[in-house]
Parts: sequence; C-alpha cells; structure tokens
Amino acid sequence: MGEQSYRPSGHRHGRGDFLERLLRGLLDAMDHAADAERLAARPGMLQRLDPRIKTLGLLLLVVTAVFVKSLVALAGLFAFATALALASRITLRRLATQVWTGVLLFTGVLAVPAIVLVPGDVLVAVPFVGWGITRQGLRGAAFLIGRAETAATFALLSILTTPWPQVLKALRSLGVPLVLVAILGMTHRYIFVLLETGVQLFEAKRSRIMGPLPGPERRRMAMASVVVLLEKSLHLATEVHLAMIARGYRGEVYLLDDFRTRVWDWLALAGFLAVAAIAIGWQWLALSGAPR
Amino acid sequence: MHIPDGYLSPLTCAAAYAVAAPFWFVALRKVKDQMQTRLVPTVALVSAFSFVIMMFNLPLPGGTTGHAVGLAVAPILLGPWAATLAISIALFIQALFFGDGGITTFGANCVNMAIVGPWVAYWLYRLISGETPLTSPRRIVAAATAGYVAINVAALLAAVQFGIQPIFFHDAAGAPLYAPYALAIAIPAMMIGHLSLAGLAEAVISGGVVAYVQKTDPRLLSRSAPGLAASGGGEAAAPPAGWRPTRALWAGLAALLIASPLGLLAAGMAWGEWGVDDFKDTAVRESIAQASGNVLPPATVPQGMERLSAFWTAPLPDYAPAFMHNEYFGYILSAMVGAGLVVVAVLLLATLLGGGRMPRATANP
Repeated sequence: MGEQSYRPSGHRHGRGDFLERLLRGLLDAMDHAADAERLAARPGMLQRLDPRIKTLGLLLLVVTAVFVKSLVALAGLFAFATALALASRITLRRLATQVWTGVLLFTGVLAVPAIVLVPGDVLVAVPFVGWGITRQGLRGAAFLIGRAETAATFALLSILTTPWPQVLKALRSLGVPLVLVAILGMTHRYIFVLLETGVQLFEAKRSRIMGPLPGPERRRMAMASVVVLLEKSLHLATEVHLAMIARGYRGEVYLLDDFRTRVWDWLALAGFLAVAAIAIGWQWLALSGAPR
Repeated sequence: MHIPDGYLSPLTCAAAYAVAAPFWFVALRKVKDQMQTRLVPTVALVSAFSFVIMMFNLPLPGGTTGHAVGLAVAPILLGPWAATLAISIALFIQALFFGDGGITTFGANCVNMAIVGPWVAYWLYRLISGETPLTSPRRIVAAATAGYVAINVAALLAAVQFGIQPIFFHDAAGAPLYAPYALAIAIPAMMIGHLSLAGLAEAVISGGVVAYVQKTDPRLLSRSAPGLAASGGGEAAAPPAGWRPTRALWAGLAALLIASPLGLLAAGMAWGEWGVDDFKDTAVRESIAQASGNVLPPATVPQGMERLSAFWTAPLPDYAPAFMHNEYFGYILSAMVGAGLVVVAVLLLATLLGGGRMPRATANP
C-alpha cells in the first residue's frame, strides 16, 4: 500500500510489471493536474473567492482541524468541508475516490490497532483473542482518522478550486519570498515536462521489450532512467536560463498581481474565521454541557 | 515517510518549522550566491527532478518493489545545500498539490527528508568514499550505505515524532489526540519497513545511480567530492572556503552563547532528566508526578538507572563544576566549554575528512 495521495489510480491497465506501474503513477499525476485545472475553471462558491482569501481561509481550517480537541467539533469541520465542496461543484464521488478512500486506507489501517493497543477503560473484549477495545483507543483512532480526513479534504478543495499560478500569487501575498514563488511556479511547470519525458522514456523502452525483464536488468533500466532524467534536467536548466537571459532576465522576479477583493471575499473570510473559532472553542462549550 | 496532517500536534509542527527555517534560509542564500541568475531555473529543474524520482517504484532483489526518496542521490549529485532546497520544494508541491504529506507537517517532513536525511547521507558518503577517485567502486558502496543509513535515520526521526505524541498530547481521559502509538510501538513499526524494503530501495537507487554516473559523466559527482583533483574523468569543483559561507551560523552560535544565561531563569528541572537522588526526594517526586500528568514515579529507583548511575559521572554536573562556588558563573562557563568542545570536535572531524587541506576558493568567472 502506498502513502496517501490525491492521485486516483485511474490507469488500471493490468496490475502489471514495474514499467506499467511506473507509467500508471506518472499518468495519474498528470491526470490529477488536468482535473485540478478543469475544476478550478468551473463556476462555484470557492472558485469565486479571491485566491488570497481562499488560500488563507482554507489553510486556517487545515490548522484548525489539527488543533481541535473535540470529536464533535472535528465532525462539524468535516461536514463544513463537504458542504464547501458541494457548493463548489466538487462531487462527493470525487472526494470519496480522491481523498476519503485513500486516507481511510492509509490512516485507517494505521489507526485500527490503536483501539486495542491504547490502554484505558475496556468497553468490550474481542472474541477468541480476548483483546480489550478501550474507550481511549477508540477516541484516539477517531481523532487520527477524523483529523487526517478533514485536513486532506480542505487541502484538496484549495487545490481543486484554484489554478496553480493563482495559488502561487496567493502565497506571495501571504509573505512567501518572491524568489521561492518563482521557483515553485517553474518547478510545477517542469515536473510535468519531466513526467512526460519519463513516460516517453519508459514507453519507448517497453515497446522494444518482448517479455518480462530479469530483475537486475529492470534495476539497471531504472538507474539509467534516473540519470538520463537528471542530465536532461540540468541541460534544460541551462537552456531555460539562457532563454531567460536573452529576454532580459537579470535575477529580479516580478509577478503581475491583479487581485481585487470584494465584500463577498471578506464575508467569506469572516465565515472561515467564525467556523475555526467555534471549532476550537467547542471544548470549552462542551464543558458547559454540550456533547464532546 | 510523508507524515500527513493530523498525526503531529500543532506544537510539534511549530517546533519542526522552527528547526527547518534556518536551514531553508541559509540554503537559499548559499545556493543563490553560487548560482546568481541561474538560481531560479536550476533549482526549479532540480526540484522537479527530485519530485519525479520520488515517484519511481524501484524493482528490488527478491521480486518486490520499493519507493525511493532520493535522500542520498540529491546531495551526492547536487551538494547538500542545493539538495535541502530542492527536496523541500519537491515536498512542498507534493504536500500542497498532490496530498503526499501534510501542510501542517511540512516542516517535520522537511526536517526528516530534506535536512537530516540528505546531510547524513552527504557526510557518510564523504566519510566512506574519502579521497578515492570519482570512478572508484568504493564510491558506489559509500552511496548505497549513505542511502540506506540516511533513510533509516529519517524514518527513526519520524518514528520519534510519532512516538512522543501520546506522551505529551492526550485528553483528560488519556485518549491520544494525535499519533496514538508510544515510542515502543512507533519505532519498531517504522523501522521494520525501512530497515528492509525502503532501506534496500534507497541503497539500490543511490549505489546504482552513482555507478551509472561513473560510467557516463563522473564530473556530476564532483560536488560531493570537494578538494578532490580531477580523477577518472572527473573535475572537482573548488569548495567555498573561509568563514564567509558559514558567517550566519557562527553569528547564530554566538547569539546562543550570549543567551545562555536565560537558562538560569528556568524554574524546576527538565522533564525526564531525573537522577537517582531525585527519585528518593519526596518534594522532587511530587514535582515529577505533577509534571507527568499526575502519574507517580516508581516507588523505588529503577534498577537499571541505579546501576548505570555509578557508571558515568558528568564532568560538569548540573552545568556547574564542583570547584566553582558561584552557580551562575559555573553555568555560563559550562555553556562556553560545551560549545567550545562541539566546535573543536567538528573542526577535528573536518580535518580528518580532508577539509583542512582544502584549497581556498577562487572566484568563478
């Protein structure tokens, strides 16, 4: 099982050998980027917001999901994330396939043993083995899964409703140094160039292979691909640098920043802040009688 | 290895960001100084390369496959500072755009995979490869070992980050609020996979890439072999010398030394730094219980602790030498002696590794 990720494993052409799995991973990454661009262009609640307000608000909610100490507040945040997705025309099916299932498979598998391993008040014993499922273990597992699901949902919403260049401009507005913003923008662009190069390398190799390769040969091919990609990266960096110099680049980076905030944006930010404040303050409300 | 959001407490995440920030700052400045106008395209392309190789699913001996992170490949081919920067940027895009690793845990992921891992790999590679030519087979062994050790050190660090969560962050009933497993479970759980499959993948990719580079373009290895004369087709780059490249770090060390008297303001003792006498003292036992969520310390001194306490006596007990009657002066003197010893140890290590014989850098045209 791989680590959790937004990339859906859509390319299932055979469980396949090393080459096919590698190709599938590279193509999934490219599909995710294409999907994100398409969804960000759709009309929707989050798509209409100023990217700076949206990025700040959603980051605040990610941090809130990590901060809260009440399962009810966490469930409320999760419901809010789902509602935001629906209002932004992101379907439950997409959320389920792209985030919820992946997180559940990764974090769920990690969290389940906690229900018997965490010491505490035994609620019920597991038949045959006699292990005790503890209240503390159940709460701990629920916190872990709930936080991971909620934070990942907010993070995915941010990326599915904002074109990458606007995310970068928003980061700039939030104080990230200009040179890093420029590097991030260019890195994102060239990740796909290199992914495409990688796909071409492997497809060219696969089209010339009649049967399964022996292990050492497959490893040699992977090594060769890494080094070829490195050499291509360095070569490309030199060419891009020369092209930039030829166009007048002297080390200074300028970004066009044409964002305009409207009343609606500020109202949305106030809404995000209110949700975060209620979620974090819920434990104190719980002390006065509300469920925890 | 990529820690998602929700596994670490906000305090741990903040501490990790605080640890990573100076490294990002120095890495950006050093790489900028080296590359000038080439900074943006070169770092961008190298970050993209780091990102892509993290997606490689490597065929391993035995018919299985494993993901490599490239913790050793990046510093060996690019140098440690560029590797720190490139892997951090790759991890940022992975976290934000692809959901591999969390946003709040980005600092911790960078500490493990962009700072500690690559630096351990870099120094281990240099230590093992020594002054051997760029095409020496010893460099392949050095790279494989560096990759294997680096990913395991990074995994151990992640396991410790997981394992301390239930100790410090739980609710009133004892339910863990973040990663739920104690160190005794988190460390073996993380290390079994990394000592075997993931470590093997990292060793294979690190050794394999160096072997391949030795055949195709050994000059690519010169960044991690400073001071080495051109050998086997390789041309060594002149290393930066003098105090200027590390000026900021020295200033930071001086500031910390000046700030050391602040430690005198701390009340009580550090949690976990208890001695045999502390377990016997009723007042100290009460403060230990208070600091440990009202969990009483063992009624008697733990046997192992009692046995080992006689084994080693610190030369500066409680940060004040026995002959020093003024506790405050002793504390400050201890800070200076400690820092001095660390600096001397590092200089000795650098001399052993050949750093003392490095030629002075010449300005690049």
